Formats: sequence, C-alpha cells, structure tokens
Amino acid sequence: MANTRTAFETSLEELGVTVTRTIESGLGDTIEDAITEPAVGVALDGMGAEGFSLAETPVTVDPTPVALREATTGVTGAELGVGDYGSLVLTMTDEASELVSLFVERHVAILHEEDIQPDMDAAVAELDERFNDTGGSAIIATGPSATADMGALVKGAHGPESVYVIVVEEGA
Amino acid sequence: MATADELRELMRTEGAAIAENTQGFNAGRYDSVADLEDYEDLKRAARSIKEDAIADLPNLLDQLTETIESNGGTVYIADDAADANDYIRDVVDERAADRVVKSKSMTSEEIEVNDALEEDGVDVVETDLGEWVLQVADEAPSHIVAPAIHKSRESIAELFNERFDPDEPLETAEELTRFAREKLGEQIIDAEVGITGANFITADTGTMALVTSEGNARKTVAATDTHVAVAGVEKVIPTVSDLHPFIELIGRSGTGQDITSYVSLLTPPVDTPVVDFTDDQTPLSEFDSDRDFHLVLIDNGRLEIRDDEHLRETLYCIRCSACSNSCANFQSVGGHAFGGETYSGGIATGWEAGIEGLDVAEEFNDLCTGCTRCVNACPVGIDIPWINTVVRDRINRDKDAPGEWLVDGLTPDEEEDGAPLQKRFFGNFETVAKLGSATAPVSNWLAETTLSRRAMDRILDIDPRRDLPTFERETLVDWAASRDSRVEDPERRAVLYPDLYTNHVQVDRGKAAVKVLESLGVDVVVPPTPSSGRAPLSQGMISTATDHAERVTESLAPHIEDGRDVVVIEPSDHAMFTREYERLLDEAAFTDIAENSYEVFEYVFGLLDNGASVDSLSTVEGAEIAYHSHCQQRTLGLEAHTVAVLEDCGYDVVTSDVECCGMAGSFGYKSDYYELSMDVGDRLRTQLRDDGVQERAVVASGTSCLEQIDALLERQPRHPIELLAT
Repeated sequence: MANTRTAFETSLEELGVTVTRTIESGLGDTIEDAITEPAVGVALDGMGAEGFSLAETPVTVDPTPVALREATTGVTGAELGVGDYGSLVLTMTDEASELVSLFVERHVAILHEEDIQPDMDAAVAELDERFNDTGGSAIIATGPSATADMGALVKGAHGPESVYVIVVEEGA
Repeated sequence: MATADELRELMRTEGAAIAENTQGFNAGRYDSVADLEDYEDLKRAARSIKEDAIADLPNLLDQLTETIESNGGTVYIADDAADANDYIRDVVDERAADRVVKSKSMTSEEIEVNDALEEDGVDVVETDLGEWVLQVADEAPSHIVAPAIHKSRESIAELFNERFDPDEPLETAEELTRFAREKLGEQIIDAEVGITGANFITADTGTMALVTSEGNARKTVAATDTHVAVAGVEKVIPTVSDLHPFIELIGRSGTGQDITSYVSLLTPPVDTPVVDFTDDQTPLSEFDSDRDFHLVLIDNGRLEIRDDEHLRETLYCIRCSACSNSCANFQSVGGHAFGGETYSGGIATGWEAGIEGLDVAEEFNDLCTGCTRCVNACPVGIDIPWINTVVRDRINRDKDAPGEWLVDGLTPDEEEDGAPLQKRFFGNFETVAKLGSATAPVSNWLAETTLSRRAMDRILDIDPRRDLPTFERETLVDWAASRDSRVEDPERRAVLYPDLYTNHVQVDRGKAAVKVLESLGVDVVVPPTPSSGRAPLSQGMISTATDHAERVTESLAPHIEDGRDVVVIEPSDHAMFTREYERLLDEAAFTDIAENSYEVFEYVFGLLDNGASVDSLSTVEGAEIAYHSHCQQRTLGLEAHTVAVLEDCGYDVVTSDVECCGMAGSFGYKSDYYELSMDVGDRLRTQLRDDGVQERAVVASGTSCLEQIDALLERQPRHPIELLAT
C-alpha cells in the first residue's frame, strides 16, 4: 500500500501536480492551503472524519452556475487513483462534480489512500465491475488539461490549468 | 497523385512544422513505450480484441443497440454519409438548436456533417483548438490526431490577429490558447447540442471512451442537453475490461504521451445536471439531468472492408497516428499530400480505398515505400505496407495497359492487366540488370549519355539528377563458379543468395561476404537464383512478385534440403524471405525459406556466438565508424547484430536513428519523388554530419541506403561486410 501511494505521488509530481498527504483531522486546513479563492465544491460525503464538511472552509458548496463560472478553484472527491500513471478517476454525480472539476482553473481533488490502485489494469477492472453493476460514467484525469495545438505545449486548455491532490491517509 | 511541384510547395510551406511535430511525436513514442514492461503483450491483447470484435461485429452491434436503448439512448446505424447527416439534422432540428458544439472526430469529418448542418443555418463550432484553428482558416486537417500540425505558432497568431483584431496582438502559445479558450468557452455554454466522436464503445454496458487532452469533449457533453456521438461501426468492442490495453497504448503510440489528460468513459445519459450558465440563484444540484443521447454508427463502406480479406485489418485501426509519425515521407510532406478525403498516413490507404474508392487512394498511395517502419509502431499490428501494396496492385489493374511497344521483352511479367510503364520498368529490374551486366561496360556508357537520360526522364520519369547503377561485367555468380571452395571440413554449409544488386552491381560486397563466411568455417555456394520479387512487389505487381517467390523457393529448396543455410546480404530481400513471402506462398514453402534464411550479419553473429573466432576476421582497435541500418532490417530486429559484430571486431560504432534513408528502392529515382527523397535523406545527412560523426567512415546495409548516402555525402559508404573480409 505504501509503495502504491509513493508511486502515485511520484507520478503526480512528474505531471506537475502538487500532492499533499493529510490525516482526516487536518483535511480542512489542507483544503484551505490548497485552494485559491473564490472556491466552489461538491459535498464530500464520507471524505473526511464523520461530520466533516466543506462548510468549515471558504469553499462554497453546491454553487449556482454563475458562481461556478466566477470561481477559480473547484473542490471534488476522486473515486480512485492510479499509481503508475498518477491518474484520478472522477465520477459524474447529480451534484455536478463534473462541472465543478472542469469549469475552473484549479481543481483540488481529495482521495482516500485505500482507493489508490497500483496500476491501470486494476483501475479498469474496478471500473468494469462498477459500470456493470450500476452503469456509471467516469473520467480518468491525468494532470491538468493541455494542448499543443497553438505551436507549443500549453497547460490549461478548456479544463483546469492546475491540479492539486490531497490524499487522506488510511487509518489515521 | 501529387506532382513534384505540389510536393515541393508543401515541403516549402508546411514541411518545417510537419517535420518538427511528427518527429517529436515519434521520438516521444519510442520513449513512452520503452517504459511499458508489457508493451508487446498489450499490443497482442489489443490486436486480439479488435480481431475478435470485427469477426463478431454483427452480434456486437445488436448487443450494443440493445444496451444503449435500455440505458435510455437511441442508436442509429447509417448506411452512408448522407443517411447519417439526415439523421443528425433531424435531431438538431427537433431540438431547435441554434448552435452545435463539436469535439474532435475524424468520422464526423468523413461525413462532412458540418456542411450539412450549416446548410440548415445551424452554427457549428469546433471546440478542439486545432480543429478550431482550421475552421477559422478554412483549411483541411494534415494529421489525424493533431489536425493543425502544419501550422506554426506564428501563422496561427497572424490568422487570429487578422480575423479577430484583439485589443493586444496575440503572440505566444499561451496567449493564443487563452484567447481561444475564452472565445470557445462562451460558445460552448450557449450551445444546445454537443457532437463527439467515440474512440471505443463497449457492447456490455454501452460505455464510450473519448481520448482527449483539452477538456473540450468533457465540456461538449456536460454543457449541452443533447449528445450525438458519431462513430464508425468498427469502434465497438465487447467489454469495459477490453478498454485496458487501448487506454495504455493509444496516447503512447500516437503523440508519445503516456496517457492523455482525459479518458472520458461515458455511459450516457450521464448524471451531470443540465444547467443554465446564466443562473445566479439555483444551486447546481437542483437542475435536473434530462439529456438525450444519440449514437450514430456509420457503415459508409466499412462492412465491405470487413468482407475484403486484404483490407479487413484497416478496421482494427484505433486512429492513433503512429503510422503517420513513424513514416519518413509523412514527416516531410504531412497529410495534405499523404492523405485522401479524410484520413492521412499509411493506414489512410485502407480507409480511403474502402470508403471513397481506389481513385482517392491513388492520389497518395505511392508515398508508402513499404519501408515497414510503421509495422512495429502500430499498436494493433496492422500490416500497413501490405494494405498499400494490395491497393497499388488494384490501382495498377484499374489502368489501361501501357504502350506494349516498349514493354515487350523488357518486362516479362505476370501483370496481365498491366501496371504503368514506370512501375513495370522498376518491377522488372532483373531483366535490366542482366542485360546491363551482359553488355557492360557499353551499357554503362550508353545509360549515361545525355540522350539516354533524356529518354529515361521522358518515358520512365527517372530523375536525371540520380546516378545510375554501374553494372559489373563479371557477376558474383560467375566469379563464384570460377573458383574452388576454400573450406575443408566446414562447420556449416550455406547458400549465399546472389541478390540482384550484389550479383550485378555491388559485386565486391558479395565477394567479401563469401570470404568472411569461409574464414569462419562455412562452405559457401552462390548458385544462380531468381531475384526475390522485392522490385515488382514494391510497384504493386503482386502476381509477378509471387512468380518470383515461387521460382526462388524452387531453386533454393534443394540446397535447404541438402542442409544449407540461406545467407542474404540485401536486407530488403531478406525481409522478402522472412516476412513478405508469407503473403505470397503457401505456409510450408514460406516456413521452409523463412526459417532457414539469415541476414549476413545475423549469420556471422550466430557463428561467433557458437564458437567461431573473431580473429579469423579483419579486426581493428577502436576505429570509429558510423552505421546506418536498413529500415526493413530494423523492423525485423536485426540492427543489433551488425552493431555487435562490428564492436566485436574492434569498431567504435555510432548508429543513425532516422526511420528511412529516403531512397527506398526505386522511389528516389522517380522524377516526381526525387526531391522528397532528398528531403527525407537530409535528416540522415544531418545525423552523419553531427559532431563526432562527420569524420567517421560510413557503412550501411541496404543497397538503396548506400546509393542515397553516396548522393548525400562526400564520404563513399560501404557495406559493413567489406570491413570484415581479410
């Protein structure tokens, strides 16, 4: 597990993604450090200690569309991590996690350590099971959005320009 | 077919940007796949999934349709472009949409849905930044993955500044990207319908995979309430778990990224709420997620491709662009020359022949030289050169027979329906070479007269700027017959295959090979043997090539049966025996020759490895040389043997890493392609003139490569076997 996490962190760093580890009780402070205001988010059910809520942070939960467009940062959970790629698996919820992670310049994703899969094979196997059970959708997101269409590689095309990952440590 | 003038103009205007980008992608591919421990396994898995899926396509389409419909979506299988466009127009009309936003989709370009919708007064906006640049510029894509690869940053800046007249002129890539993002961002949130492609669609859950980096495909789906996905019928695969190898391979094989920023796995309709982006009162979660989903699957010739045993593999293509980026000619001219109506690069021949017809494939098919560098690069192992050869053969047969007055006697081939004269000349080079040797040196003097060169230029389109081969009066076969074998109690016995060039032109390398093998304890014979058929095959003359293959195996079989190995100097002929003959011969005949044939350095390597002493050869102490391996030799994994043997003999070896020298057999002789051939060769020249390389003697394995290097450099190159002979 520790190896998988380390591999995940290394992969993220290679992508230029900042990654921070925290225990549940430190989640609020870590989020505050990670965001650039104005920040919006989706409720993080089950993400932190029982009762953890983004309400204790400067993050506006479940914003209006206009507030979303004016926000700099979007905070969401991530369903899985992929160790060897530094990928995040983002789900699409009816709380608009897809919009909050996409229509912002900075995406802060929060992930449970035990949800980090060692490799893509394992991650796809997990998705295969979930999709067959519930017919869900997901985005495998790796690093910030990027384009090379304007004559050089530029980070920040239609999606976020920067990604920040917070890993919530196991059993802490 | 593009003329020399058109190719020259493309190389002048677009060549630099194309070369920089494709070579960057290609280098990235090598780096990225090197990190994959199970690269070959993943390719095999990907290939096998596609093979099975295309075999089972009708059932998978039924299953997929059922799945999508039970998820609440609609599936429409369109016979052709017009059928697909009619359906999409109806969907857009029913939604009363003013604007349609699109993410990048080659299939939607194939059907030209933009034009169809624009006729209805709908505003169609491409949101992929490269596609948008082309939409603004009104230009066609030059690459299947990076469509605006031919445009430099400067030309995009000029275009935007002229068209949009921004307050501050745009200059950097960051400024251009930000400008496009803002402009398109406003249009996306204001659109009703989103059109995407689909890289893969799984029949089990109805999940589609979209491989992107910019995030525009995500926005195209998330910001609209009607999603139309347009894909070829070949995109369906059985299960979600089958996505795995493709997710790992597609980015690496194409642009050399380990994975693109986003792989969207969508099982529509998605749960994301459909919001009004101007609403400042209602929280996001209170909008509902009513979305219509239409999957438009397009046949447009694909089911006929499926029934065509030679083109069928085309349908395995995942449109990654590896065959474009690894192609030496593509690196020089890009998809505007090396492409048809929609698709570009090596595999485009299959797509365009199947979808549009032979006449469209003919426009660019000659640009595949059969170098095979795309074969190992292709993540699903498509034999792209073979598809190009088959299509070339069909194009030849579509044409009227050329003027028999000149062909008779010179071209005793099997092409009853006739290939064009130039192709038949090169395809039957064996006859020319035999005549050339028989009448040398008179033939050489005659060939070089101004009158002859003019005639060759005019009738055969042989470029007068190329030197012609000089035929030797005494062939290698004659020389070998006139001497006694020098080996008593041999370790092994071999046939040295007298390929056309070694036998008639570069006889010295043949003599060197005989001496080297004898020094290592091999009994060598050099019997008269027909030419391999490489020349006719590369002209698309498959019947003639097959005739050669049969005669070669017939004449070598007794030797093989007698326990002799077949040693081949010319890599393109060795590749015929061990690769191409599989297509031309029955399995037993192919196996017999393939398993007993060795490229000469592969053979020497084996002899040394089995105890022969390097001291029997001519050795040096640290002499510096530069080695250019042959494209087909590298595809077969045989570059390393030459390097290892040369190092064993004491040489300090640097190797080139260009995909091809540009000569490619007859290609570089043809007037239309001479300049392209030299442009490709220029990359090799640059490497051979690098610091630390430019003083080195040059050796190269292929006849064509030797001729090209001879034309490129002052230094006269040799075949490496000549270094080893004592």
